[in-house]
Amino acid sequence: MAPSVEMRGIRKRFVGVTANDGIDLEVRQREIIGLLGENGAGKTTLMNILYGIYRPDAGEIFINGQPVAIRSPRDAMRLGIGMIHQHFRLVPSHTVAENVVLGMRERFFRPDKAARGKLEEFSRKYGLRVDFDAPVWHLSAGEQQRVEILKALYRGAKILILDEPTSMLTPGEIDDLLTTVRRMAVDGHSMIFITHKLNEITAFTDRVTVLRQGKVVATRDAKDTNERELARLMVGREVLFRLDKTPARAAQPVLQIDRLRVLNDKGLEAVKNVTLSVAAGEIVGIAGVAGNGQRELIEAVVGLRPVAGGRIRIRGDGFRYVPGEQRTGVVPSMSVAENFVLKCYRHRPFAKGPFLRRAEIARHADGLISSYSVVTPSRDTPIRLLSGGNIQRAILARECSGTAALLVAEHPTSGVDVGATETIRQLLLQQRTRGTAMLLVSEDLEEVLQLSDRVAVMFNGEIMGVVPASTDVETIGRMMAGIHREAA
Amino acid sequence: MKIERRLEPSRWVKIAAPAVSLVLALGAIAVLFGALRVNPLVAYREIFRGAFGSLYGLSETVTKTIPLLLVGVGLVLAYRAQVWNIGAEGQLLMGAIAATGVALHFPNLPAMFLAGFVAGALWALIPAALKIWWRVDEVLTSLMLVYVAAEAVNYLIYGPWKGAESRGFPLTDEFPDAARLPVIGWSRIHYPTLVLALLAAGFAWGLIRHTKVGFEIRVTGENPAAARYAGMSYAKIVLLVMGLSGGLAGIAGVGEVAGIHHRLLNPAGISPGYGFTGIIVAWLARLNPLGAIISAFLLGGLLVGGDAIQVSLGLPAATIEIFNGMILLFVVGGEVVTRYRIRWS
Repeated sequence: MAPSVEMRGIRKRFVGVTANDGIDLEVRQREIIGLLGENGAGKTTLMNILYGIYRPDAGEIFINGQPVAIRSPRDAMRLGIGMIHQHFRLVPSHTVAENVVLGMRERFFRPDKAARGKLEEFSRKYGLRVDFDAPVWHLSAGEQQRVEILKALYRGAKILILDEPTSMLTPGEIDDLLTTVRRMAVDGHSMIFITHKLNEITAFTDRVTVLRQGKVVATRDAKDTNERELARLMVGREVLFRLDKTPARAAQPVLQIDRLRVLNDKGLEAVKNVTLSVAAGEIVGIAGVAGNGQRELIEAVVGLRPVAGGRIRIRGDGFRYVPGEQRTGVVPSMSVAENFVLKCYRHRPFAKGPFLRRAEIARHADGLISSYSVVTPSRDTPIRLLSGGNIQRAILARECSGTAALLVAEHPTSGVDVGATETIRQLLLQQRTRGTAMLLVSEDLEEVLQLSDRVAVMFNGEIMGVVPASTDVETIGRMMAGIHREAA
Repeated sequence: MKIERRLEPSRWVKIAAPAVSLVLALGAIAVLFGALRVNPLVAYREIFRGAFGSLYGLSETVTKTIPLLLVGVGLVLAYRAQVWNIGAEGQLLMGAIAATGVALHFPNLPAMFLAGFVAGALWALIPAALKIWWRVDEVLTSLMLVYVAAEAVNYLIYGPWKGAESRGFPLTDEFPDAARLPVIGWSRIHYPTLVLALLAAGFAWGLIRHTKVGFEIRVTGENPAAARYAGMSYAKIVLLVMGLSGGLAGIAGVGEVAGIHHRLLNPAGISPGYGFTGIIVAWLARLNPLGAIISAFLLGGLLVGGDAIQVSLGLPAATIEIFNGMILLFVVGGEVVTRYRIRWS
């Protein structure tokens, strides 16, 4: 029997990046296939191509053995492809049944009633329990996801794409989803399960295809692989370039985190009893698959998120923070010079009484532009006109120019080209040489291993252990997957 | 042909955009005049003549520039912080009420201005507080409070403040001389308020460009996440810009009752919608406080010219409101268009 989906040689370029570089993917009938990869590996792009949101630059798609051209989600639906997005696309004030029939050509009056029979059947068959008359805003994330699945089934989907379906769910809801997905596969549906969580691959899928930097690195049967191997495949073991690094000196701890507990946006515990310290002149990297509490930990340290328990102590003159998202770190339409004083505009020499001192601000900007080689037409250019790498360099210039004892850097090189990546890493190491304590979070494990003196591996909100950066990738991969814990 | 986003509108585009928008709006309104069987060129000539063609017309235009400039400058500050104060009309009326209260009980001009500023500011702080602490949309609350303020005026002129000498009309007594603003010659230009308005424009310009608080206003308006990250207080900025814009609208209200009417009267008599026209003043000035001086003068002229064509061409009073609406539509639309360009391929 022909596979339900076959994608061959799919290629898609965006400005500056090749998101998909000749990808082959096969989904067999009644199969649940996992699509595994780090953020930016090209999983979502590939699925958006299958669902008709993007057109590929090259490559072919076959559905049930027939070549097809998918130009829009409408085409995809006609071919029996449904997609459950990570962020649900429901109308909050409408009821479940109304959401399901939205946009369908049902009868004009109360179309939701017409859908009732079918919905009840799906609900019973696949364990999709939800009150059809409840407005969507009353529902939990898990229930809303069931509505999305019902929507796709109602539209006749035989092939379902689930984009990181567990990221918003509680553990109980994840179990329910597993049951549903299994029953649907038995009933003849094929499913593509996008994730970057290793344990879900073995729990949910029959086969897994691993992507890295837009390419397929391996396809394995789920029963023939394990989380350790998947971690290695996903992250890639070879380290591309080594940076020269002097050994760290033993010094005073600057940041001390003691039995810290932090809640995420949903009020669940995202950081569980974390104890960690960073000394002057030391870089401590936090490794882990995204969504294991790293963001919440950083936000608590820099004061953007309340602490639910435990203590954070910072010695010395405060901290600097390179935020993970560039758009938090700069004001796009304001000049490079003004962005340089975004945090210190209140103090001398940039302000005197209530007034800003533009001459001082300009002098400061000229100094930073030349010493950090920020490429900009002038200090008065709106910063959004700079390239991503130069904006990041400007942020680092601002954050590194102070005398703070602690620097917290979050994904410092994400979205930055290779050349800029190199100089940004050098800048961070210079800070370390100057005796700054640094807490580094990155989804790029290579970066963490290169820069850090010690690596703290986070899994499910806990620190699985703090190990020297020379530890082998396999051990760290096992810690990232939560199957190995290093004694403190 | 391809439409693409412009990286940065050139200086030329920035200056030309409001002018082109204005011309296009006039073109669209010409169609309206045509439908009313009036030659648009004649109508425009009459408007121009009425507003700028005589010393009297010019003096009236300046008179109407005063409240428009005060309101417009205040709204520039609020809109720069992306705080959408739509209720300047109500804040203006509250200023008029406060000034009247002072005028009737212990007439003193500086005290009237102070009271008007405070009353307008407090009225604007209600939506500000609701926005900050309960996340209520300020567009709705500030607009609704306009009607509350208008009813407050009505209550006072029909009730407790109804004048002994008003012979049953809903008016307060006339203000004593100590509560009346001086004017230039025979005109109605109450120059102390004009001076205050010009000072306000200069003050707002300096505030935005040269002070720490102005820096915070711009950062907050452009990128609230960055403002939070830089440790700025969102509540402080919202309270400040709402307070200032409300206060300036309040001063406009003081000018109208103390400089023109010399009494409190029905809300539409105090202001023919200066609080709303001020929104156009702010946008036409591209949220530049000094630009507001020019746009307030232009729109003041339009109000005067509009009155003129009502009489000379027998057009309905609503014509000029449609006129204003069209200008706002084109100016805001033009703002969006400047961010794109057409490339021929």
